[in-house]
Amino acid sequence: MLKTFSKGGIHPPENKLTSTKKIKRLAPPKVVYVPIAQHIGIPAEIIVDRKDKVEIGQVIAKSGGFVSSNIHSPVAGTVTKLDMVIDSSGYKKQCIVIRTDVKNETNFQEVDYPLKKEIDLEPAEIVKRISDFGIVGLGGATFPSHVKLNIKEDKKMDCLIINGVECEPYLTADHRLMLEKGEEIIVGIKILMKALHVHKAVIGIEDNKHDAVELFKRLTADEKEIQVAALQVKYPQGGEKQLISAILGREVPKNGLPMDVGVVVNNVGTIFAIYEAIQHNKPLIERVVTVTGKKLDNPSNFWVKIGTPIKDLIEEVGGMPEGTRKIINGGPMMGKAIKNTDVPVTKGTSGILIVDEDEACRGEVKNCIRCGECVNVCPMGLEPHLLMNLSEKGMYEKAAQEDIMTCIECGSCSYVCPSNRPLLDYIRFGKNITKNLASSKN
Amino acid sequence: MNESILNSVLLLVSLGAVTALVLFVVSKKFYVYEDPLIAEVEDILPGANCAGCGSPGCKSFAEKLVATEDISDLFCPVGGNDVMKLVAETLGKEVAEKDPTVAVVRCQGSCEVRPKTTEYQGPKSCAISAMIYSGETDCQYGCLGDGDCVTACKFDAMFMDETTGLPIVITDKCTSCGMCVEACPRDIIEMRPKNKRDLKVYVGCLNEEKGGIAKKACSVACIGCSKCEDVCPKDAITMVNNLAYIDPEYCTLCRKCVPVCPTHSIIETNFPPPKVKKVVEKKVEADPSGEVKSVNLVKDA
Repeated sequence: MLKTFSKGGIHPPENKLTSTKKIKRLAPPKVVYVPIAQHIGIPAEIIVDRKDKVEIGQVIAKSGGFVSSNIHSPVAGTVTKLDMVIDSSGYKKQCIVIRTDVKNETNFQEVDYPLKKEIDLEPAEIVKRISDFGIVGLGGATFPSHVKLNIKEDKKMDCLIINGVECEPYLTADHRLMLEKGEEIIVGIKILMKALHVHKAVIGIEDNKHDAVELFKRLTADEKEIQVAALQVKYPQGGEKQLISAILGREVPKNGLPMDVGVVVNNVGTIFAIYEAIQHNKPLIERVVTVTGKKLDNPSNFWVKIGTPIKDLIEEVGGMPEGTRKIINGGPMMGKAIKNTDVPVTKGTSGILIVDEDEACRGEVKNCIRCGECVNVCPMGLEPHLLMNLSEKGMYEKAAQEDIMTCIECGSCSYVCPSNRPLLDYIRFGKNITKNLASSKN
Repeated sequence: MNESILNSVLLLVSLGAVTALVLFVVSKKFYVYEDPLIAEVEDILPGANCAGCGSPGCKSFAEKLVATEDISDLFCPVGGNDVMKLVAETLGKEVAEKDPTVAVVRCQGSCEVRPKTTEYQGPKSCAISAMIYSGETDCQYGCLGDGDCVTACKFDAMFMDETTGLPIVITDKCTSCGMCVEACPRDIIEMRPKNKRDLKVYVGCLNEEKGGIAKKACSVACIGCSKCEDVCPKDAITMVNNLAYIDPEYCTLCRKCVPVCPTHSIIETNFPPPKVKKVVEKKVEADPSGEVKSVNLVKDA
């Protein structure tokens, strides 16, 4: 019996249409739109101006604080303007618009670095470089990685967990990356183990990715400190608290962090970005994006420059199919519908999902029939129906007592609800208000 | 037979006597003095418990009125000057007289002039849709049309106009309690002074985008051309972030700004129809439905 997490979980249809498609490198777009708020925390501060010439990988926005991140130019070119552009939040946000210099050869070089195994840097230097090179969690939450690596003195770390679960339906970006860059990822893991001074690392992979499990078992056959854990297929196993529970059987305390149980979790995409930053001095300027959907001619995985408009990706897979009702930035469970196709790819864009009427539209909302399914599937052990009612009625303090803030917004409750109730919408709203109330009190 | 009746009567009488004694002692022992003025003031207040004054209800507002020395800062928007005058007489304190105000909706983005580019299917609440994205249209400043203000209004003074998708304030019922202002996530509703005939001139737009972008999203958007600012004789109009604002304190309701606005985003209400001397028909092109709307532009008004 394979391992999995203890509470709740669901089994949505997997629909991994692109798991056999090799990652293709896209030519840089003519114009890139680089938002300055691509990570959780304080937005970066712009340090370039109009008409400035920028090189590929040059810092164009500087980290605005500790929980923040540098942003680098994904192309060599000229800054044409600093503009407001709609990003995946649905609002216009500050963006740096750069026109790609078509004559500059660095833009079109296919960089495939040779594998470099020796780690030259010291732990402190590794963390510094991760911070300088703008690495954030690429699983979707975009939490700046150096913050995770700054362990408080009183905490003792004993295990690094690598998240190769990719439990979101449709997405295959991490899966393909694991298959194509397996050896690099192993080196990346060693870099992080060195930075964290830990001697145990576990790669968690769901069992629907047999090939990846096999590959990593083979690659780690000689590595005593790195293990591979094949896990049962269950959503939301990719949540860090769920993954820790599945692999180590440890429960992260309420309102706590993985640090509190001696664990740091990182996504495979992040590990690969760290490998490239440390071994080849490459900042985070591109990422793997799955562009998928049942009606698409040719759904695929791509290496995409940060700031590429999503419409370029859709063109690449054969254009927008007829009857498209929704374009989702991310996976179907936790992704966010975007407003138009000018929205740029950011560090957190793991996939673009294009769905038609059948999948896009919500059913008619009916009354709660008290079936308790939402309670059964909640991976955090909450009562979603109660939290929804509390935030609908404006009883935010009571909602806070019922641990509304521990919700990980996985959407399992809304998925199973037979009455189509918008549980997550209200819970998210309640969380927002509760957070504001708490910060206004302090 | 007689004895049992007598017994039960005696028992009940003694029970009553004992309970009465206990109640008497308790009421004396735990007596809390309350200023009778509080009850008196509460009777004067409208009793709507709308929280428009800032206190949670009329009773607590009455307590505040009695307890505070200088009550010139406190005001009951529902009762208005009449109620506050009565309160002042009862308490023997001074109140400041305030001009009555009324809620106005500063958005004219009906379905016709502001085309929808996306469809929202989530819960019908402006607060939630504002949290998710900038709304169904391309204007991220305008009305979301889910009616949080209407839900918040306790006086039935607002309703959603089904044809335009915008809320409408019934000025006679509006008590200017301010609950709608608080409920609106976009700050579209503003309290503006209500004079005797309820004459108002205000900018019906909050779009801070540059002219072209604003006009593309909504044909009646303020494009920040500053024509109204130039024409205003009292300097009541200020331009901030490509958006005009008419300060009611300085505005004399001369209406010179209304005809100069190229996008008709300045709204005038309840003015008597002007004496028409010459009417010029002007075609407005930006109508997305394809129909050409004709607007009567009045000269010499």
